Amino acid sequence: MPPPSPAATPAPAEGSVTRPAVVRVRDLVRTFGEVRALDGVSLDVQPGIVYGLLGPNGAGKTTLIRVLATLLRPQSGSAEVAGVDVLADPTTARTRIGLAGQFAAVDEYLTGRENVAMVGRLYGLSPAEARRRTQDVLERIHLTDAADRQVGTYSGGMRRRLDLAASLVGRPQVMFLDEPTTGIDPRSRMDLWELIEDLVEAGTTVLLTTQYLEEADRLAQRIAVIDQGRIVSEGTADELKDALGGAVLEVAVGEDDRAAATEVLERVGGDPVTRDPARGRLRIPARDGSQTLLAAVRALDDAGVRTSDIALHRPSLDDVFLAVTGKPVEPTPAANAEVDVEDPDATASRAARRGRRPSRRSRG
Amino acid sequence: MSPLPTTSAAGPRSDPVAAPVGRVRVTPRQVVTDTLVLTRRNLLRNVRLPQLLLFSTVQPVMFLLLFNFVFGGAIGQAIPGDYAYIQWLMPGLVIQVATFGAGQTAIGLTEDLSKGVIDRFRSLPMARAAVLTGRTLADLFRNAAVLTIMLAVGFLIGFRYETNLLGFLAGVALALAFGYALSWVMATIGMLVRNPEAAQSAVFLPVFPLVFASSVFLPTQTMPDWLRVFADNQPITVIANALRGLMLGDAALLAGQDTAGQVLESLAWIVGITLLFGGLATRAYRRAVS
Repeated sequence: MPPPSPAATPAPAEGSVTRPAVVRVRDLVRTFGEVRALDGVSLDVQPGIVYGLLGPNGAGKTTLIRVLATLLRPQSGSAEVAGVDVLADPTTARTRIGLAGQFAAVDEYLTGRENVAMVGRLYGLSPAEARRRTQDVLERIHLTDAADRQVGTYSGGMRRRLDLAASLVGRPQVMFLDEPTTGIDPRSRMDLWELIEDLVEAGTTVLLTTQYLEEADRLAQRIAVIDQGRIVSEGTADELKDALGGAVLEVAVGEDDRAAATEVLERVGGDPVTRDPARGRLRIPARDGSQTLLAAVRALDDAGVRTSDIALHRPSLDDVFLAVTGKPVEPTPAANAEVDVEDPDATASRAARRGRRPSRRSRG
Repeated sequence: MSPLPTTSAAGPRSDPVAAPVGRVRVTPRQVVTDTLVLTRRNLLRNVRLPQLLLFSTVQPVMFLLLFNFVFGGAIGQAIPGDYAYIQWLMPGLVIQVATFGAGQTAIGLTEDLSKGVIDRFRSLPMARAAVLTGRTLADLFRNAAVLTIMLAVGFLIGFRYETNLLGFLAGVALALAFGYALSWVMATIGMLVRNPEAAQSAVFLPVFPLVFASSVFLPTQTMPDWLRVFADNQPITVIANALRGLMLGDAALLAGQDTAGQVLESLAWIVGITLLFGGLATRAYRRAVS
């Protein structure tokens, strides 16, 4: 399978309606000591979509978000959010962005309502306006019942929802979500996904990082796979999968029929047949998708070949991830719930600031 | 990091959606508003978790009772003049409480740093200075509350000021001002160690020698010469002297000292420490977060 081609300077897909990008990143470089956390990252995010940054631990996802959220300055490159240069004019940029990090950065001893209203005041709203918008936001995230309870009594999922919602009070044009569902239970994850989808429907652009393919597949209209500080692949989920070679037809036949089946399949598909070594199945690229499947079924039947199974497979994002990063995917979200959510990028940067090489990064 | 912008030519930062294309600036007024918003937030923690305030009050009250009733008899012999030990002790304890209370600044800041709260603040179009000013101001109010309770216990067990109410209140205000100055020292320490657990121990490093090698609990005359040179010239002794002058009168001071002189020297320490460590804390904060 040919790996997807690395994304050079991303250009909007030809033929698509191009609107000016709401996030424009060019050649960002940020190093921590000897670690190149960002090694020349460029990307464009069109307005009104969820853009997913997918990558293994320590790939540079968090560093990129921190640069875009004005928390970190890169050594070189440029970044523009909602038409504002975040490096030249961070204060203006901050009026147009919202950030929810890997921790729920809410105060346990304040109520949900107080937390949101405080963020509203810090966005510069008057007390009355902050109160009004807080009520809107709490209704939007279905948290009005618990609004006047201290956050200390909230579940992990409720805290994340509140954390995300706190930024909405400033009506940001772009929301940065850094692993918004890491370490929470599957039910809360679904709630957050719905909230994110609502946000985008209302016109906000969301840039989110995730280690979970399922999350990227479900939410993101476009995905950039990032590894070792570089974007190694970029496109829609389907484009990434197709770049791996598109759909594959798999046929299981008995020992006696294998030669006949191979001959029939090569005639139908026009490509040489390969054998899946693990299960002995015959595989052939299905260039016309289900049409190839139907043609193969008919031809095999006409030739009197008995099949025990026949199926069309598309590569999953797992296959994409493995092909472009050379690493297997992280465990599924469910298996990973309630884990320590130490931020690997931050660990790397802290270690580097202390003048040590971070030990947790293994370079492949 | 860019320095705090202070130009006031500002568009409203209130509605990002309708925000004009021009640059948004943080105005001096917003520095004040944001400081107050964060001061309120930091103080609410003490109100919502009353045990915090309770335990930070228990310790000074315990110091007061232990020193007065356990050591008071013996130490009382060494006190200059005819003062009962409680009279000597109380002004010293006021400054001790303000000093220990300042340590809370480091702990609160490092907790916010480790929980990602400061990242959230820094991504908002707020005055950056407010993270530090809101913290130190809240700790000043908190210190005032703890002092009030301890002074009430002091009055119960026999402390009486011998000058007048104004002098007494001026003394309390001086102690609080010193506590505020120390909050900036503690903010600097907090930003250097960054970790709440480490901050817990780090803040006591400067505090213990300063408080004990001073005239807080007993006169410095009985100390060995080398220590006495340090004790007599360090800020806590100066401020303890000023407080005794303000609350008890010149008679409580050593020969050659007067209240006005001690107060002026105290103010010089307070202003100097605030300016120096205000700058250092701001620098350390910028480095800690980028």
